[in-house]
Amino acid sequence: MSNTWDVIVIGGGHAGCEAAAASARAGVRTLLLTHKLETIGEMSCNPAIGGLGKGHLVREIDALDGVMGRMADKAGIQFRMLNRSKGPAVRGPRAQIDRKLYREAMQAELNATANLDIIAAAAEDLIVEGGKVAGAIDGEGRIYRASRVILTTGTFLKGVIHRGDDRIPAGRVGDQPAIGLSDRLYGLGFQMGRLKTGTPARLDGSTIAWDQLESQAADEVPVPFSYLNDKIDVPQIACGVTFTTAETHRIIAERIGESLVYSGRATGVGPRYCPSIEDKVVRFADKTSHQIFLEPEGLDDTTVYPNGISTSVSEETQLLFLRTIPGLEKVEVVRYGYAIEYDYVDPRELYATLETKRLPGLYLAGQINGTTGYEEAGAQGLMAGLNAALAVQGREPAVFARDEAYIGVMIDDLVTRGVTEPYRMFTSRAEFRLTLRADNADQRLTDRGLALGVVGETRAEVWAEKKARLDAARTFARSVTLTPNEAVKAGFKVNSDGVRRDLFAMLAYPDVSLDDLGRIWPEVFTWNSDVREQIEIEAAYAGYLDRQRADAESLRKDEDLRLPNDLDYADIGSLSNEVREKLQRVRPLTLGQAARIEGVTPGALTALLAHVRRNRAA
Amino acid sequence: MTDTIFALATAAGRAAVAVVRVSGPATLSVVQALTGKPPRARMAGLRTLRHQGVDIDEALVLRFEGPASYTGEDSAEFHVHGGRAVVEALLSALSDLGARLAEPGEFTRRAFENGKLDLAQAEGVGDLIDAETEGQRRQALGQLGGALSQRYDRWRDLLIQSLAMLEAAVDFPDEDLPEEVAERARPALRILNDELDAALADVSRGRRVRDGFRIALVGAPNAGKSTLLNGLVERDAAIVTDTPGTTRDVIEVPLVLGGYKVLVADTAGIRDTADAIEAEGVRRARAWAEEADLRLWVVDGFHVKHTVKLEGTIRGGDWLILNKADIADGSELAGANAHWAGEGLKVVRLSAQSREAVDELRAALAEHVADALSGAEFPAATRLRHAERLTEARAYLARALSDIGLEVELAAEDVRLAARALEKITGRVDPEDVLGRVFSSFCIGK
Repeated sequence: MSNTWDVIVIGGGHAGCEAAAASARAGVRTLLLTHKLETIGEMSCNPAIGGLGKGHLVREIDALDGVMGRMADKAGIQFRMLNRSKGPAVRGPRAQIDRKLYREAMQAELNATANLDIIAAAAEDLIVEGGKVAGAIDGEGRIYRASRVILTTGTFLKGVIHRGDDRIPAGRVGDQPAIGLSDRLYGLGFQMGRLKTGTPARLDGSTIAWDQLESQAADEVPVPFSYLNDKIDVPQIACGVTFTTAETHRIIAERIGESLVYSGRATGVGPRYCPSIEDKVVRFADKTSHQIFLEPEGLDDTTVYPNGISTSVSEETQLLFLRTIPGLEKVEVVRYGYAIEYDYVDPRELYATLETKRLPGLYLAGQINGTTGYEEAGAQGLMAGLNAALAVQGREPAVFARDEAYIGVMIDDLVTRGVTEPYRMFTSRAEFRLTLRADNADQRLTDRGLALGVVGETRAEVWAEKKARLDAARTFARSVTLTPNEAVKAGFKVNSDGVRRDLFAMLAYPDVSLDDLGRIWPEVFTWNSDVREQIEIEAAYAGYLDRQRADAESLRKDEDLRLPNDLDYADIGSLSNEVREKLQRVRPLTLGQAARIEGVTPGALTALLAHVRRNRAA
Repeated sequence: MTDTIFALATAAGRAAVAVVRVSGPATLSVVQALTGKPPRARMAGLRTLRHQGVDIDEALVLRFEGPASYTGEDSAEFHVHGGRAVVEALLSALSDLGARLAEPGEFTRRAFENGKLDLAQAEGVGDLIDAETEGQRRQALGQLGGALSQRYDRWRDLLIQSLAMLEAAVDFPDEDLPEEVAERARPALRILNDELDAALADVSRGRRVRDGFRIALVGAPNAGKSTLLNGLVERDAAIVTDTPGTTRDVIEVPLVLGGYKVLVADTAGIRDTADAIEAEGVRRARAWAEEADLRLWVVDGFHVKHTVKLEGTIRGGDWLILNKADIADGSELAGANAHWAGEGLKVVRLSAQSREAVDELRAALAEHVADALSGAEFPAATRLRHAERLTEARAYLARALSDIGLEVELAAEDVRLAARALEKITGRVDPEDVLGRVFSSFCIGK
């Protein structure tokens, strides 16, 4: 095997898998370098994928022919569509995942991916030549060359695990942090920050009194993540639901000093949305009980993930409080919970392509950028892999705008604003939420993916076929109309205002269904369920979507104005020092991004615009 | 398609001359509408600006045709007299005609986009716009004072609070949240709705400053309304005869009271009549009186018993003028005075004919007008901008309130739109603010 590739991906987690797959799909020679083949695709925290915002990201990854959605469909053991009773824009697919099935599926997928080599080796350092990245060296001194390197190494930067009084330097329990690589990053002078996250104990499911517990079942008809799948073949299971008790809270309150945060030793910032059970007991003292979901980690795995009680108290205390929880009176622990603190690279060190500004050719994706979650990591991995490949090919980079994809919202938030806590996606972050739906990620992104060369033949065919059906249905829906008289005759209540209404306008009435309209226009009954759903959504949201389109267009004006990477802000005469510093640091890629940087004034934007126009003219 | 924009180009406040700039495709039609006869491009023309039949001012009007203009678009300048009322009237007429108030720096931005600024200008222009923006911000802050900025902070808080409840319902369906958490947005939205209503009432007080506070003289024929009008304005504005029904149309007379523009209207005496012309006069009198800010019921002091007929017509806040006090029966006047004062009405005894106590009435009116219009002191530009945004935000809130129980994501969308409409007033509501509120209100985290 030659020792030269186009792109090297370091790390086999969720960012690394998507990065390697995307780069290879885009057609460049790719190497995935990971210290252990058997942990590729490992779910190291909770065994679930999707949710609100996160499920949207998975659908977007899938629309760009990424791997996460398809693997989850092969490994999902409890599919649920969240917010099923609410509107389509805020429905989020989620599934419990069988960890082993997922891992195996991912490894098989990557092994079968063309253009992709996988080597088990611990990357120890980067090769830097002429101020650019040129490859990586492993612990045994072997050299791997490539002009683009993507680091997806999660929490390995100064990672420290805390449990009671124990301190263990590690990225993840059982893994060694890569010291040489982290020295390299610190040496390059990247701005760093410190974060913290936690995980609960894993329980032995055979010691849980399941028959005493309530359970939460899967949806009757599971809805797959991937647009390529129309059904799920994996058997579906239920989760148990239980609660902490007054006794649980008493024990934790009594021993609160053992926890990382309340011992006063914490140096990292934890997320507000995922508090440890210690935090819950202290900060929400008036709440006498907290909900816990008992999530099996696999069909033939008795390990159970108790969702809702991450903790960093001592092993003794963990066992003590766990056994005060109904159903867990006799529970045995497989592995105790812990908190982990780690450094991350301030994502303002990155361009929106996820390439670092300090070391050309080096890309960062996933938790190293201050995010949390498999989906956030996977989406970044895909974009880093795609952009690295495009750069190798000498093509324009791929950056999605905030009105195009949650991926665009996330990366723009990261590189423009940085993070103050582990960044997780929520639908409330998306100002174009009604447009960016989980049901239309293919419509938004698959054609883009085709143009970028990252979508394979199978998906291209499936999408082309669906697109044709959608177009035909939309054309039909706009071409047929009813006068008020005709509508009333058919039993619909409409104003006799002389206005002809097409199918969309009729369907916009809350009491009119597509089936009702099928009585007049039987063509409707020939539509598949995916097309029907789209027509219904477009009718229901019509006014709001028009408004979002108009807003998006005005956003586009500034987004389309690209700023050169190498813009020297010192050259622009009339910027204040403060604004110049901020621009210099973020190095926005578009005028729109510049406008979103805090403190950048309308005057500064105009000066920027003028400067760019002048240089272009020159 | 590009909007047509306008802005006051000179400093706000009292000055000899004020310049209002307009730029955009509708410039010519706007100038046409205001002047009747637009001057030729690049030629100054003296024109009377007129909107909806009312003269605004005599102005010097300049017109430029794109691309030979500052912005590169069709544009115009109106040089008007620098009084507040004139400028306000012009800005509001431009708004009526479909143009919109420019954002800070928008003229310059357009000039750039149309390639109108040369290289040297490009360097300095950032400072210029920041000065413009900063000036506007200071002006806005200056006029706000403590109470108003507190009010705007409260609005922002109400927006965050209601959004937090709606977003919690959307983003955390699997969490242990209170039942019907979205419903918890309702109280905050209602309060905000009411506050916007109140603020819009302020804006309408502002309109009164611009258009004139309206005082109607109403009452039976020959009660002396026209004489009183002439007395108040100190000239013969209305024809006075002894013949009842002399005044057949509404006579509006502008005057200045307490430093504010006031329109006093003499109206046809209200009575049933077979005369078609007089009947129309009575209809108009009633209509004008209905919309007036203050009604003065003028009663002939010899017929004070007839004032009983006013029961049901007269409203709280109206004033009762007992006329001919110098010659009528003192004890009857005193009785009527006591009766109506008891009903909570302000009663004034005077003689329009001999001018007895007319000055006192004028002083009382001046005080009343100043009270009613104080607090409406926003500069024109700010008030216009506010009114548009408040009206827009209120429409979104109304829709949000009706959608909460049905489609929470649409309710949230409407509150977001309302927050955006109010952004320039309250400051931006960031998703982080909303998430922060969610996480501090509820224990979220699986």
